[in-house]
Amino acid sequence: MEITVTINGQARTSEVQPRKLLVDYIRTDAELTGTHIGCDTTSCGACTVLLDGVPVKSCTVFAVQANGKSVTTVEGLKQNGRLHPIQDAFKEYHGLQCGFCTPAMMLVGTALLEKNPDPSEDDVRWAISGNICRCTGYVNIVKSIQGAGKAIQALASGQAS
Amino acid sequence: MYPSAFEYKAPTTLEEALTMLAEVGDEGRVLAGGQSLIPMMKLRLAVPGVLVDINGLPGLDFIEGANGHLRVGALVRHNDIVNSEVVTQANHTMAAAAPWIADPLVRNRGTVCGSVAHCDPEGDWNSVMLALRAQVVARSTSGERVIPIDDFVVDFFTNSLQPGEMVTEVRIPHYSGPAGGTYLKLERKIGDYATVAVATHLQLDSAGKIAQAGIALTAVNSINTRASAAEDALVGEAPSEELFGEAAELAAQASDPEDNVRGPAEYKRDIVRVYTRRGLAKALELAQAS
Repeated sequence: MEITVTINGQARTSEVQPRKLLVDYIRTDAELTGTHIGCDTTSCGACTVLLDGVPVKSCTVFAVQANGKSVTTVEGLKQNGRLHPIQDAFKEYHGLQCGFCTPAMMLVGTALLEKNPDPSEDDVRWAISGNICRCTGYVNIVKSIQGAGKAIQALASGQAS
Repeated sequence: MYPSAFEYKAPTTLEEALTMLAEVGDEGRVLAGGQSLIPMMKLRLAVPGVLVDINGLPGLDFIEGANGHLRVGALVRHNDIVNSEVVTQANHTMAAAAPWIADPLVRNRGTVCGSVAHCDPEGDWNSVMLALRAQVVARSTSGERVIPIDDFVVDFFTNSLQPGEMVTEVRIPHYSGPAGGTYLKLERKIGDYATVAVATHLQLDSAGKIAQAGIALTAVNSINTRASAAEDALVGEAPSEELFGEAAELAAQASDPEDNVRGPAEYKRDIVRVYTRRGLAKALELAQAS
Protein backbone atom coordinates (compact mmCIF):
# COMPACT_ATOMS: atom_id res chain seq x y z
CA MET A 1 0.00 0.00 0.00
CA GLU A 2 1.29 3.47 -0.88
CA ILE A 3 1.49 5.87 2.05
CA THR A 4 2.64 9.45 2.53
CA VAL A 5 3.95 10.34 5.96
CA THR A 6 5.41 13.70 6.92
CA ILE A 7 8.42 12.90 9.07
CA ASN A 8 10.03 15.87 10.80
CA GLY A 9 8.42 18.21 8.29
CA GLN A 10 9.41 16.25 5.21
CA ALA A 11 6.74 14.36 3.25
CA ARG A 12 7.78 10.86 2.25
CA THR A 13 5.81 8.62 -0.11
CA SER A 14 6.54 4.92 -0.33
CA GLU A 15 5.07 1.47 -0.67
CA VAL A 16 4.73 -0.53 2.57
CA GLN A 17 3.17 -3.79 3.70
CA PRO A 18 0.22 -3.14 6.03
CA ARG A 19 1.88 -5.22 8.74
CA LYS A 20 4.96 -3.00 8.88
CA LEU A 21 5.13 -1.30 12.28
CA LEU A 22 5.63 2.44 12.38
CA VAL A 23 8.90 2.04 14.31
CA ASP A 24 10.33 -0.22 11.61
CA TYR A 25 9.15 2.16 8.90
CA ILE A 26 10.94 5.03 10.68
CA ARG A 27 14.15 3.11 11.35
CA THR A 28 14.47 0.98 8.21
CA ASP A 29 12.58 2.78 5.46
CA ALA A 30 13.21 6.39 6.53
CA GLU A 31 16.62 5.46 7.99
CA LEU A 32 16.09 7.50 11.13
CA THR A 33 17.59 5.33 13.85
CA GLY A 34 17.15 7.74 16.76
CA THR A 35 13.84 6.02 17.53
CA HIS A 36 14.73 2.91 19.49
CA ILE A 37 13.15 -0.51 19.83
CA GLY A 38 13.26 -1.61 23.45
CA CYS A 39 10.80 -4.27 24.48
CA ASP A 40 8.70 -4.45 21.28
CA THR A 41 5.76 -5.37 23.54
CA THR A 42 4.18 -1.97 24.34
CA SER A 43 5.81 -1.86 27.77
CA CYS A 44 8.92 0.32 27.75
CA GLY A 45 8.16 3.41 25.65
CA ALA A 46 11.64 3.56 24.03
CA CYS A 47 9.98 3.76 20.59
CA THR A 48 7.89 6.85 21.46
CA VAL A 49 7.32 9.33 18.63
CA LEU A 50 4.85 12.18 18.27
CA LEU A 51 1.99 11.30 15.91
CA ASP A 52 0.29 14.56 15.00
CA GLY A 53 1.89 15.95 18.17
CA VAL A 54 0.66 13.17 20.47
CA PRO A 55 3.19 10.78 22.06
CA VAL A 56 2.53 7.17 21.08
CA LYS A 57 4.47 3.91 21.13
CA SER A 58 5.49 3.42 17.50
CA CYS A 59 5.89 -0.35 18.01
CA THR A 60 2.13 -0.48 18.54
CA VAL A 61 0.98 1.51 15.50
CA PHE A 62 1.11 0.29 11.91
CA ALA A 63 2.93 2.51 9.42
CA VAL A 64 -0.21 2.57 7.24
CA GLN A 65 -2.04 4.24 10.14
CA ALA A 66 0.35 7.20 9.85
CA ASN A 67 -0.71 7.76 6.24
CA GLY A 68 -1.49 11.46 5.80
CA LYS A 69 -0.22 12.27 9.28
CA SER A 70 2.88 13.92 10.65
CA VAL A 71 5.47 12.16 12.77
CA THR A 72 8.12 13.84 14.89
CA THR A 73 11.14 11.81 15.94
CA VAL A 74 14.14 12.87 18.01
CA GLU A 75 15.90 13.91 14.79
CA GLY A 76 13.20 16.55 14.32
CA LEU A 77 13.91 18.35 17.59
CA LYS A 78 17.01 20.18 16.37
CA GLN A 79 16.04 23.22 14.29
CA ASN A 80 18.29 25.35 12.06
CA GLY A 81 21.41 23.77 13.45
CA ARG A 82 20.44 24.58 17.04
CA LEU A 83 19.58 21.98 19.64
CA HIS A 84 16.06 22.12 21.05
CA PRO A 85 15.95 23.51 24.61
CA ILE A 86 15.05 20.04 25.85
CA GLN A 87 18.21 18.64 24.27
CA ASP A 88 20.26 21.41 25.88
CA ALA A 89 18.61 20.65 29.22
CA PHE A 90 19.31 16.90 29.03
CA LYS A 91 22.95 17.84 28.40
CA GLU A 92 23.09 20.43 31.17
CA TYR A 93 21.35 18.33 33.83
CA HIS A 94 22.94 15.07 32.70
CA GLY A 95 19.52 13.58 31.97
CA LEU A 96 20.93 10.42 30.44
CA GLN A 97 23.20 7.57 31.34
CA CYS A 98 23.21 4.91 28.61
CA GLY A 99 20.99 7.07 26.38
CA PHE A 100 18.68 4.34 25.17
CA CYS A 101 15.47 5.82 26.59
CA THR A 102 16.56 9.43 25.97
CA PRO A 103 14.96 10.17 22.57
CA ALA A 104 11.59 9.02 23.93
CA MET A 105 12.01 10.91 27.21
CA MET A 106 12.78 14.11 25.29
CA LEU A 107 9.74 13.72 23.03
CA VAL A 108 7.40 12.98 25.95
CA GLY A 109 8.98 15.98 27.71
CA THR A 110 8.33 18.34 24.79
CA ALA A 111 4.72 17.16 24.50
CA LEU A 112 4.24 17.77 28.24
CA LEU A 113 5.82 21.24 28.09
CA GLU A 114 3.54 22.22 25.19
CA LYS A 115 0.56 21.75 27.50
CA ASN A 116 2.18 22.60 30.82
CA PRO A 117 5.25 24.86 30.53
CA ASP A 118 5.99 24.77 34.27
CA PRO A 119 5.33 21.19 35.44
CA SER A 120 5.84 20.03 39.02
CA GLU A 121 8.00 17.00 39.75
CA ASP A 122 4.80 14.94 40.10
CA ASP A 123 3.51 16.20 36.73
CA VAL A 124 6.75 15.14 35.03
CA ARG A 125 6.89 11.77 36.77
CA TRP A 126 3.27 11.10 35.78
CA ALA A 127 3.96 12.12 32.17
CA ILE A 128 6.99 9.82 31.83
CA SER A 129 5.37 6.92 33.68
CA GLY A 130 4.98 5.02 30.39
CA ASN A 131 8.72 5.29 29.67
CA ILE A 132 11.23 3.06 31.37
CA CYS A 133 14.81 4.15 32.06
CA ARG A 134 16.69 0.93 32.70
CA CYS A 135 19.56 2.88 34.26
CA THR A 136 16.91 4.20 36.70
CA GLY A 137 18.20 7.73 36.14
CA TYR A 138 14.84 9.35 36.66
CA VAL A 139 15.99 12.11 39.02
CA ASN A 140 18.02 13.87 36.35
CA ILE A 141 15.44 13.18 33.64
CA VAL A 142 12.85 15.01 35.75
CA LYS A 143 15.31 17.88 36.38
CA SER A 144 16.07 18.09 32.64
CA ILE A 145 12.41 18.33 31.63
CA GLN A 146 11.69 20.93 34.30
CA GLY A 147 14.84 22.83 33.30
CA ALA A 148 13.79 22.80 29.65
CA GLY A 149 10.43 24.25 30.66
CA LYS A 150 12.15 27.14 32.39
CA ALA A 151 14.48 27.68 29.42
CA ILE A 152 11.54 27.70 26.97
CA GLN A 153 9.67 30.21 29.15
CA ALA A 154 12.76 32.44 29.43
CA LEU A 155 13.22 32.26 25.67
CA ALA A 156 9.57 33.19 25.08
CA SER A 157 9.67 36.15 27.50
CA GLY A 158 12.96 37.28 25.93
CA GLN A 159 11.33 37.30 22.50
CA ALA A 160 8.29 39.13 23.83
CA SER A 161 10.26 41.98 25.37
CA MET B 1 8.03 -8.89 15.79
CA TYR B 2 5.73 -8.88 12.81
CA PRO B 3 2.11 -9.99 12.68
CA SER B 4 0.97 -12.34 9.92
CA ALA B 5 0.12 -10.54 6.72
CA PHE B 6 -3.36 -9.03 6.57
CA GLU B 7 -5.40 -6.83 4.32
CA TYR B 8 -5.81 -3.26 5.58
CA LYS B 9 -8.90 -1.17 4.95
CA ALA B 10 -9.38 2.44 6.00
CA PRO B 11 -13.01 3.42 5.48
CA THR B 12 -14.02 7.07 5.81
CA THR B 13 -17.68 6.62 6.78
CA LEU B 14 -19.44 4.32 9.25
CA GLU B 15 -21.63 2.89 6.45
CA GLU B 16 -18.54 2.02 4.44
CA ALA B 17 -16.95 0.39 7.50
CA LEU B 18 -20.07 -1.69 8.21
CA THR B 19 -20.26 -2.82 4.56
CA MET B 20 -16.62 -3.90 4.71
CA LEU B 21 -17.17 -5.78 7.99
CA ALA B 22 -20.23 -7.50 6.51
CA GLU B 23 -18.24 -8.59 3.46
CA VAL B 24 -15.30 -10.01 5.40
CA GLY B 25 -17.37 -11.61 8.17
CA ASP B 26 -15.38 -13.79 10.56
CA GLU B 27 -12.05 -12.80 9.02
CA GLY B 28 -12.42 -9.15 9.92
CA ARG B 29 -11.39 -7.27 13.03
CA VAL B 30 -11.97 -3.63 13.86
CA LEU B 31 -8.79 -1.65 14.52
CA ALA B 32 -9.40 1.31 16.84
CA GLY B 33 -6.62 2.17 19.31
CA GLY B 34 -4.87 -1.13 18.62
CA GLN B 35 -3.14 -1.14 22.01
CA SER B 36 -4.30 -4.68 22.78
CA LEU B 37 -4.99 -5.98 19.27
CA ILE B 38 -1.61 -5.07 17.76
CA PRO B 39 0.43 -6.70 20.58
CA MET B 40 -1.74 -9.82 20.24
CA MET B 41 -1.18 -9.84 16.48
CA LYS B 42 2.57 -9.45 16.98
CA LEU B 43 2.53 -12.50 19.26
CA ARG B 44 0.30 -14.25 16.66
CA LEU B 45 -2.36 -14.79 19.29
CA ALA B 46 -4.71 -12.91 16.96
CA VAL B 47 -4.46 -13.54 13.23
CA PRO B 48 -7.18 -11.50 11.50
CA GLY B 49 -7.28 -11.67 7.70
CA VAL B 50 -8.61 -8.15 7.34
CA LEU B 51 -8.26 -5.11 9.58
CA VAL B 52 -10.87 -2.39 9.24
CA ASP B 53 -9.27 0.75 10.68
CA ILE B 54 -12.01 2.99 12.06
CA ASN B 55 -9.71 5.86 13.07
CA GLY B 56 -10.74 7.83 10.00
CA LEU B 57 -14.47 7.70 10.76
CA PRO B 58 -15.98 11.06 11.70
CA GLY B 59 -18.22 11.66 14.70
CA LEU B 60 -17.24 8.71 16.91
CA ASP B 61 -15.23 10.66 19.48
CA PHE B 62 -18.18 11.97 21.49
CA ILE B 63 -18.55 11.98 25.28
CA GLU B 64 -21.97 13.40 25.99
CA GLY B 65 -25.04 13.17 28.17
CA ALA B 66 -28.20 12.29 26.28
CA ASN B 67 -31.55 10.71 27.22
CA GLY B 68 -30.50 9.72 30.70
CA HIS B 69 -27.21 8.23 29.56
CA LEU B 70 -23.59 9.18 29.34
CA ARG B 71 -22.58 8.14 25.82
CA VAL B 72 -18.98 7.28 24.98
CA GLY B 73 -18.20 6.86 21.27
CA ALA B 74 -15.96 4.24 19.68
CA LEU B 75 -13.04 6.62 19.13
CA VAL B 76 -12.88 8.06 22.64
CA ARG B 77 -9.37 7.41 23.98
CA HIS B 78 -8.70 6.59 27.63
CA ASN B 79 -7.05 9.98 28.06
CA ASP B 80 -10.15 11.74 26.72
CA ILE B 81 -11.96 10.28 29.73
CA VAL B 82 -9.16 11.44 32.08
CA ASN B 83 -9.54 14.97 30.71
CA SER B 84 -13.34 15.00 30.43
CA GLU B 85 -15.25 17.39 32.68
CA VAL B 86 -18.48 15.65 31.73
CA VAL B 87 -17.15 12.39 33.17
CA THR B 88 -15.56 13.98 36.22
CA GLN B 89 -18.90 15.54 37.11
CA ALA B 90 -21.22 12.71 36.12
CA ASN B 91 -19.41 9.55 36.98
CA HIS B 92 -17.06 8.89 39.89
CA THR B 93 -16.30 5.28 39.01
CA MET B 94 -15.23 6.06 35.44
CA ALA B 95 -13.26 9.11 36.54
CA ALA B 96 -11.43 7.03 39.16
CA ALA B 97 -10.59 4.22 36.73
CA ALA B 98 -9.38 6.22 33.71
CA PRO B 99 -6.01 7.43 35.07
CA TRP B 100 -5.11 3.85 36.01
CA ILE B 101 -5.59 2.35 32.55
CA ALA B 102 -2.18 1.20 31.28
CA ASP B 103 0.23 4.17 30.98
CA PRO B 104 0.00 7.70 29.49
CA LEU B 105 1.22 6.67 26.03
CA VAL B 106 -1.23 3.79 25.75
CA ARG B 107 -4.00 6.03 27.09
CA ASN B 108 -3.32 8.48 24.25
CA ARG B 109 -4.17 5.83 21.71
CA GLY B 110 -6.29 3.04 23.25
CA THR B 111 -10.07 3.39 23.27
CA VAL B 112 -12.71 2.67 25.90
CA CYS B 113 -14.96 0.78 23.47
CA GLY B 114 -12.02 -1.24 22.17
CA SER B 115 -11.15 -2.26 25.70
CA VAL B 116 -14.76 -3.22 26.40
CA ALA B 117 -14.93 -5.32 23.22
CA HIS B 118 -11.57 -6.98 23.96
CA CYS B 119 -12.98 -8.70 27.09
CA ASP B 120 -9.62 -9.23 28.73
CA PRO B 121 -10.43 -10.36 32.30
CA GLU B 122 -7.49 -8.25 33.46
CA GLY B 123 -8.88 -5.20 31.66
CA ASP B 124 -10.35 -2.44 33.81
CA TRP B 125 -13.24 -0.98 31.83
CA ASN B 126 -15.52 -4.01 31.88
CA SER B 127 -15.58 -4.05 35.68
CA VAL B 128 -16.47 -0.37 35.63
CA MET B 129 -19.20 -1.01 33.05
CA LEU B 130 -20.58 -3.96 35.06
CA ALA B 131 -20.73 -1.91 38.26
CA LEU B 132 -22.48 0.90 36.37
CA ARG B 133 -24.81 -1.43 34.43
CA ALA B 134 -23.77 -0.01 31.09
CA GLN B 135 -25.04 -0.98 27.66
CA VAL B 136 -23.00 -1.67 24.56
CA VAL B 137 -24.31 -0.36 21.25
CA ALA B 138 -23.36 -2.55 18.28
CA ARG B 139 -23.99 -1.67 14.65
CA SER B 140 -23.99 -3.77 11.50
CA THR B 141 -25.46 -3.38 8.03
CA SER B 142 -28.66 -4.93 9.41
CA GLY B 143 -29.11 -2.34 12.14
CA GLU B 144 -28.35 -1.59 15.74
CA ARG B 145 -28.38 -3.74 18.88
CA VAL B 146 -28.23 -2.42 22.42
CA ILE B 147 -26.64 -5.13 24.56
CA PRO B 148 -26.56 -5.04 28.38
CA ILE B 149 -22.95 -5.38 29.53
CA ASP B 150 -23.75 -8.63 31.39
CA ASP B 151 -24.78 -10.21 28.07
CA PHE B 152 -21.90 -8.62 26.16
CA VAL B 153 -19.07 -10.04 28.27
CA VAL B 154 -19.37 -13.74 27.51
CA ASP B 155 -16.07 -15.35 28.40
CA PHE B 156 -12.29 -15.03 28.42
CA PHE B 157 -11.56 -12.64 25.47
CA THR B 158 -15.03 -13.37 24.10
CA ASN B 159 -17.86 -10.91 23.55
CA SER B 160 -21.31 -11.48 22.08
CA LEU B 161 -20.76 -9.52 18.85
CA GLN B 162 -21.82 -11.28 15.68
CA PRO B 163 -19.54 -11.30 12.59
CA GLY B 164 -20.04 -7.98 10.80
CA GLU B 165 -20.93 -6.08 13.96
CA MET B 166 -18.86 -3.35 15.58
CA VAL B 167 -19.20 -1.46 18.85
CA THR B 168 -20.10 2.17 18.14
CA GLU B 169 -20.60 3.35 21.71
CA VAL B 170 -21.13 2.42 25.34
CA ARG B 171 -24.00 3.96 27.26
CA ILE B 172 -23.73 4.45 30.98
CA PRO B 173 -26.93 5.22 32.88
CA HIS B 174 -26.98 8.70 34.32
CA TYR B 175 -27.87 8.41 37.98
CA SER B 176 -30.04 11.13 39.38
CA GLY B 177 -29.99 11.68 43.10
CA PRO B 178 -27.22 10.79 45.50
CA ALA B 179 -24.79 8.41 43.85
CA GLY B 180 -21.10 7.70 44.15
CA GLY B 181 -18.49 5.16 43.25
CA THR B 182 -14.83 4.48 42.73
CA TYR B 183 -12.31 2.10 41.21
CA LEU B 184 -9.53 0.75 43.37
CA LYS B 185 -6.68 -0.96 41.57
CA LEU B 186 -3.62 -2.68 42.93
CA GLU B 187 -0.81 -2.84 40.37
CA ARG B 188 2.88 -3.61 40.70
CA LYS B 189 3.88 -0.71 38.49
CA ILE B 190 2.25 1.71 36.07
CA GLY B 191 1.42 -0.09 32.86
CA ASP B 192 1.10 -3.51 34.47
CA TYR B 193 -2.21 -5.31 34.57
CA ALA B 194 -4.14 -5.17 37.81
CA THR B 195 -3.13 -7.64 40.50
CA VAL B 196 -6.70 -7.06 41.68
CA ALA B 197 -9.12 -4.22 41.09
CA VAL B 198 -12.64 -3.54 42.33
CA ALA B 199 -15.25 -1.20 40.83
CA THR B 200 -17.99 0.05 43.14
CA HIS B 201 -21.11 2.14 42.65
CA LEU B 202 -23.86 3.06 45.12
CA GLN B 203 -27.09 4.92 44.60
CA LEU B 204 -29.07 6.09 47.65
CA ASP B 205 -32.80 6.73 47.96
CA SER B 206 -34.36 9.76 49.65
CA ALA B 207 -34.22 8.02 53.03
CA GLY B 208 -30.48 7.40 52.64
CA LYS B 209 -30.90 3.66 52.07
CA ILE B 210 -29.11 1.85 49.25
CA ALA B 211 -31.33 1.84 46.16
CA GLN B 212 -28.81 0.30 43.80
CA ALA B 213 -25.41 -1.26 44.23
CA GLY B 214 -22.77 -2.21 41.69
CA ILE B 215 -19.64 -4.21 42.53
CA ALA B 216 -17.42 -5.83 39.91
CA LEU B 217 -14.03 -7.49 40.07
CA THR B 218 -10.98 -7.38 37.78
CA ALA B 219 -8.30 -10.05 37.32
CA VAL B 220 -9.70 -12.59 39.78
CA ASN B 221 -11.77 -14.80 37.46
CA SER B 222 -11.65 -15.85 33.80
CA ILE B 223 -13.89 -12.85 33.03
CA ASN B 224 -14.65 -9.56 34.76
CA THR B 225 -17.17 -10.59 37.38
CA ARG B 226 -20.19 -8.98 38.97
CA ALA B 227 -20.30 -9.74 42.71
CA SER B 228 -24.06 -10.35 42.61
CA ALA B 229 -24.48 -11.74 46.14
CA ALA B 230 -22.63 -8.75 47.56
CA GLU B 231 -24.82 -6.36 45.57
CA ASP B 232 -27.99 -8.13 46.71
CA ALA B 233 -26.91 -7.92 50.34
CA LEU B 234 -26.69 -4.12 50.06
CA VAL B 235 -29.88 -3.19 48.21
CA GLY B 236 -32.68 -1.88 50.46
CA GLU B 237 -30.41 -1.63 53.50
CA ALA B 238 -29.12 1.36 55.41
CA PRO B 239 -25.38 1.71 54.76
CA SER B 240 -23.11 0.80 57.66
CA GLU B 241 -19.57 -0.41 58.21
CA GLU B 242 -20.89 -3.80 59.28
CA LEU B 243 -23.01 -4.14 56.13
CA PHE B 244 -20.06 -3.18 53.93
CA GLY B 245 -17.98 -5.79 55.75
CA GLU B 246 -20.56 -8.47 54.93
CA ALA B 247 -20.71 -7.37 51.27
CA ALA B 248 -16.90 -7.39 51.10
CA GLU B 249 -16.85 -10.97 52.38
CA LEU B 250 -19.39 -12.00 49.72
CA ALA B 251 -17.34 -10.24 47.01
CA ALA B 252 -14.23 -12.13 48.11
CA GLN B 253 -16.21 -15.38 47.84
CA ALA B 254 -17.17 -14.43 44.26
CA SER B 255 -13.50 -14.28 43.28
CA ASP B 256 -11.53 -17.30 42.17
CA PRO B 257 -8.04 -15.92 41.55
CA GLU B 258 -4.99 -17.88 40.44
CA ASP B 259 -1.56 -18.01 41.98
CA ASN B 260 0.74 -16.21 39.57
CA VAL B 261 3.59 -13.74 39.34
CA ARG B 262 1.34 -11.00 40.73
CA GLY B 263 0.67 -12.90 43.94
CA PRO B 264 -0.93 -15.95 45.52
CA ALA B 265 -4.68 -16.56 45.29
CA GLU B 266 -5.25 -16.14 49.00
CA TYR B 267 -3.63 -12.70 48.97
CA LYS B 268 -5.69 -11.59 45.97
CA ARG B 269 -8.93 -12.76 47.57
CA ASP B 270 -8.06 -10.76 50.64
CA ILE B 271 -7.40 -7.68 48.50
CA VAL B 272 -10.87 -8.12 46.94
CA ARG B 273 -12.34 -8.07 50.45
CA VAL B 274 -10.37 -5.00 51.55
CA TYR B 275 -10.90 -3.05 48.32
CA THR B 276 -14.62 -3.80 48.27
CA ARG B 277 -15.01 -2.50 51.80
CA ARG B 278 -12.91 0.61 51.08
CA GLY B 279 -14.58 1.15 47.71
CA LEU B 280 -18.06 1.03 49.23
CA ALA B 281 -17.02 3.46 51.97
CA LYS B 282 -15.68 5.86 49.33
CA ALA B 283 -18.82 5.42 47.19
CA LEU B 284 -21.01 6.23 50.21
CA GLU B 285 -18.92 9.28 51.10
CA LEU B 286 -19.23 10.61 47.53
CA ALA B 287 -22.96 9.80 47.34
CA GLN B 288 -23.67 11.59 50.61
CA ALA B 289 -21.66 14.61 49.44
CA SER B 290 -23.46 14.77 46.07
